[in-house]
Parts: sequence; structure tokens; C-alpha cells
Amino acid sequence: MKTKKKSEFAKQPTGDKVLLIFGYILLGLFVVAIILPVIYIILASFVDPVTLQNSGLSFDFSKWTTTAYERVLSNSQIWVGFKNALIYSILFTVISVVVTLLAAYPMSRADFKGKGFFNTIFVITMFFGGGLIPTYLLIANLGMLDTIWAILIPGAFSVWNMIIARTYYMGIPRDLQEAAEIDGATEMIYFFKILLPVCTPIIATISMWQFVGMWNSYFDAMIYLNSASKQPLQLVLRAILIQSQPQPGMVSDMQSTAARAQLAELLKYATIIISSLPLMIMYPFFQKYFDNGIMAGAVKG
Amino acid sequence: MSKAPADALAAKGGGSKWHNTLVYLRQHWQLYVIFMLPAFLLTVIFRYIPMGGIMIAFTEYNPIRGIFASEWVGFAHFKRFLSSPDFLRYLMNTLKLSVYGLLWGFPAPILLAFLLNRILSKSTKQKIQLVLYMPNFISVIVLCGIVRILLAPTGMINQLLGTSTNFMTMPSAFRTIYIASGIWQGAGWASIIYTAALSNASKELKEAAVIDGANIIQQIKAVEWPAIKDTVLIQFIMSVGNIMSVGFEKAYALQTDLNLNASEIISTYVYKKGLLDGDYGFSTAVGLFNTVINVILLISMNALVKKMNDGKGI
Repeated sequence: MKTKKKSEFAKQPTGDKVLLIFGYILLGLFVVAIILPVIYIILASFVDPVTLQNSGLSFDFSKWTTTAYERVLSNSQIWVGFKNALIYSILFTVISVVVTLLAAYPMSRADFKGKGFFNTIFVITMFFGGGLIPTYLLIANLGMLDTIWAILIPGAFSVWNMIIARTYYMGIPRDLQEAAEIDGATEMIYFFKILLPVCTPIIATISMWQFVGMWNSYFDAMIYLNSASKQPLQLVLRAILIQSQPQPGMVSDMQSTAARAQLAELLKYATIIISSLPLMIMYPFFQKYFDNGIMAGAVKG
Repeated sequence: MSKAPADALAAKGGGSKWHNTLVYLRQHWQLYVIFMLPAFLLTVIFRYIPMGGIMIAFTEYNPIRGIFASEWVGFAHFKRFLSSPDFLRYLMNTLKLSVYGLLWGFPAPILLAFLLNRILSKSTKQKIQLVLYMPNFISVIVLCGIVRILLAPTGMINQLLGTSTNFMTMPSAFRTIYIASGIWQGAGWASIIYTAALSNASKELKEAAVIDGANIIQQIKAVEWPAIKDTVLIQFIMSVGNIMSVGFEKAYALQTDLNLNASEIISTYVYKKGLLDGDYGFSTAVGLFNTVINVILLISMNALVKKMNDGKGI
């Protein structure tokens, strides 16, 4: 294996070798630039708060501590955040994917009357909208403020994903549909029994986008939800990481203001690791869906 | 004499057309009621009704009185915004952030795709890709948390440089931080589309080029660049069309009281004026201004593409 690689490299002309080495170094630097901060944060999350505050990362292992992890993991608001984020993300994904897949079906049929009308109505919203305040006032008038529906419903239909699903449906051979019509199957049966089962790759891709998108966003939750009990993880993280306001119980046992501030700083490191872990672990399993999703998006462009 | 049958025929034809539509609707009612209705309702309620709310931009909006009973002020909010000294700063902050972001951020994934394409071992390539895609799954908040930690006076960057600069309070550092962290997070993920286009480049063509003794530069010119040219063009047009819609979430999470000079962009200003200060009319006007510029940019980009692409827009 190794000798084979070597010989292929050796075959290249000298100018190419220089270029290749330069390219590999560049790529290597990019990889290091991604990994280095991650390793730094993992290591620093164990350093004791005073040292971290005064001189940053240190390798004096005798002073290393797991206190940050204990404090973050024993805080109830973090778990409330995790739970809410999971509920919102799952419900949002289900609602959004169902609405989007349904709408994409008529739009994929050449004989659908009114296609042009619906297409115009949908595409306009990709470029033009009422903006923040009119949308906020509408949500308020509908009585959806501080309810889970403000997070789940307004953005549930994604025109972009509809276009991608429609393009995918149109790539399914017509014979399948004709066979279904000869059998006298209705739209519903054709859609659920014949079309959807062959569309699992695109369904998985869209679901992954919607899930990750909801899990990682904070704006809607920030403007629509007030109750602490309804906050998703990203808002809890925002208080700790951006506003430097750790949850009350996390630092309150420290005596001095300085000690509290130092501990609050250390908590950020552990919080980053704990909050990112679930997606980091899950993401390699999704990897096979990346390419076909991106390609589906590229078809329309 | 000859006119009457023609009229009758036309009437019959018209009638049968209506009849056909009715038959179609009766046969395919499910397409409308089950498949289309949910998306249609969501669009009308949550996209079109707020468009009507744009009227707020022309009133001194009073939440208790509602849109129609609020005092009509015409273009007063637009005049106030356009004549305020802050207007140019926020507009330039927005434009600079996205134009510089495009200049630096757009070529990065293309370069990465070319580099990845040159890796001979498939398993090495996959491992590198796994690392390159990873930051895409970090949330905006965590990314900004990481950035703040690394750039803190005792953070990793200062430790490496042997200094103790507080980058987060420097307006001059904001754009660099925003754009560099954007490349860190997004370049790998954005390279997928180019990697895919490159792998579609004809293998035979490339082998023929190699046999002909083409060096890497020549291979890129003759085989690889033509394979991704269209993708690059489409991606570029879409990015230009989005120039005014700089994301709120990241800019807001990287703002500090001291870097506002560079970090206050139109979307964060709209949020603060509207939802924090309660100046609904003014905030809506500023938001509308932003949307209109964006639409103009998109339409002109699309017209340009049509011209270049033999009448085919996107």
C-alpha cells in the first residue's frame, strides 16, 4: 500500500511534486487549524480556574480538576435546555418534513392545474418578506408568544426543501406512476406506498438539515420565548458563553467575586464540550447523506 | 348561417373546458386539499400577512390602536434613517462584512476541493473530509463562544503570540474575526458541492491528459476547471444575491459594547430598534429598506446571468 503510493508520487514531474507538497501542506494547515482549537478547549476545560485566568492552559496535571463538568452537568437548566432542544428539533423536523414533502408532490406533476400560481406564490417568499416587526406582531396577535408553536409553525414550510424534494420526485421513473394509475390507485396510495419508499435518501437529507438547523438556532427562541422552562439549549448556552452569566447555582458557592468570575470562565470550556458532544458523535453516521443532499440542491442551483 | 354553428361550437368548447376542469378537480381534489393546503396556508399566514404589515413602516405604530388607527407619517421614518449619520455606517458595515466575506470565503472551498481531489488514498481523503465538515455542526452560539475564548487576553491566540490583546473589544478586528471564523466553520462543508462536481470530471479525459504529459496546472485548466465552472458560477450568483442578508445570529453573538462601530449591521439594528426599544414603525422601515436593496440586487444578478447564459435564468 505504502510503496504503491510512493511510486505514484515518484512518477510525477518535479514541478508537480513541488506543487503537490505545497498543496498538502496547505491542506494540513487547514486541518490543524480546525483540530487545534478543539484540543485546546478540551485540555483547558480541566485546568484549575485561577491558573486558567492568570496564564491560560497549563500542563501541571496535579492541579487539573473536573469541577467544571460536575457543575455544568449537575445544573438543571442545562438539562432543561437539552430536553427542550430535543423536543423542538424532533417536532419541527416532523412537521416541516411532512408539510414540505406533501407540497412537493403536486408541484412535481406535469398535469397539476394551478402549478404556475402556487410556484409564483412560493418563490416570491424566498426573496421578499414582511420583516421582523410585522412577523413578530402577527405571532403576538395570534397568541403564540411564549408558546412552543411560535418556534414550530411559522418556519415549517421550506420552499427551498420543497424544490429539492420536487426535483427528486421528478427523477423517479414515470412507469412507476403509470403502473399505479392503471391499477386505479389513488394519489394517496401512490404517494405513500410507491413514491415515498423510493425517496428515503432525500427524506433523510432534508430531515437532517431541519433537525440540525433547529438544534443550532437561537433567534426565534430569543424573541418569542420568555419562560426559563421553555428555553432551548442554545439560549442557555448564550447566557453562559456570550453574556458570561452562568446559571445561578453554578458559581454561587464561591466566596469572592473574582473566584466566581474565574469559575464562570472555566465553565464556558466544559459547556462547549458538553453541548457539542451529541451532534459531534452523531454526525459521522449522517455522512453518507451529505453528498446526495448537496447534489440534489445543486440540480436546481 | 355559417356563424351560428361556430358560436355553438365555441360555447360547447367553453363549456367542456369548464367541465373538464371540474372533472379534474373532482378526480384530483386530494392534490389540493391534502397535499397543497398545509403549505399554502402556512405561506399565506406567515409570509403574506406580514407583507401587509409593512404598512407599519409608514405609520407611528401604536400597538394598542393597531395598524389602521395609528398615525400615518408617510416616508418620515425612511427620511429619518437615511439622513441620520448612523445610516451610512450601518449600511457600510453590512456591505463590507458580506463583500469581504464573499471575497475571502468564496474561493476557500474551491481551493479545498482542488486539494482534496489531489489526495490519492481514498481513506485518507475521507478522514480529512470528516474533520473538515465537523465545524459545520457546531452551533453559532458555541462557535462564537469558542472565538471569544480563544481570543480572550489569556486565550490560545494570545498565548501563541505571547501578547495579551483583547481582540473582542477592537472594532478593527471584528470583520477579520467574523470572516475567518466563517471560513473555519463553513469552507469544508461548502467544498462538498465542488468535490462532487470534480468527481464527475471524466476520468478518461484526465487519464488522457496525464498520458499526454500534462502537468497539474494543465490538467486543472483542461479538465478540472471546466468540470466545476458552472457550479462555481451558480454558487457565485447565489452568494451575490444574498449580500444584504448577512446573518443576524452570528453578528449579534460576536458584538461587544466596544466593537459596535464595526459590528452593528442593519439586521442587528432592526432588532434593537424594534424589539428592544419598541420603535416599531422605524424598525420596519429600516428592514424594508434592506429587503428592497436585496431584491434589486437579485433581479439585476438574474438579468446578468440570463444575458450570459443565453436567456436562461435561475
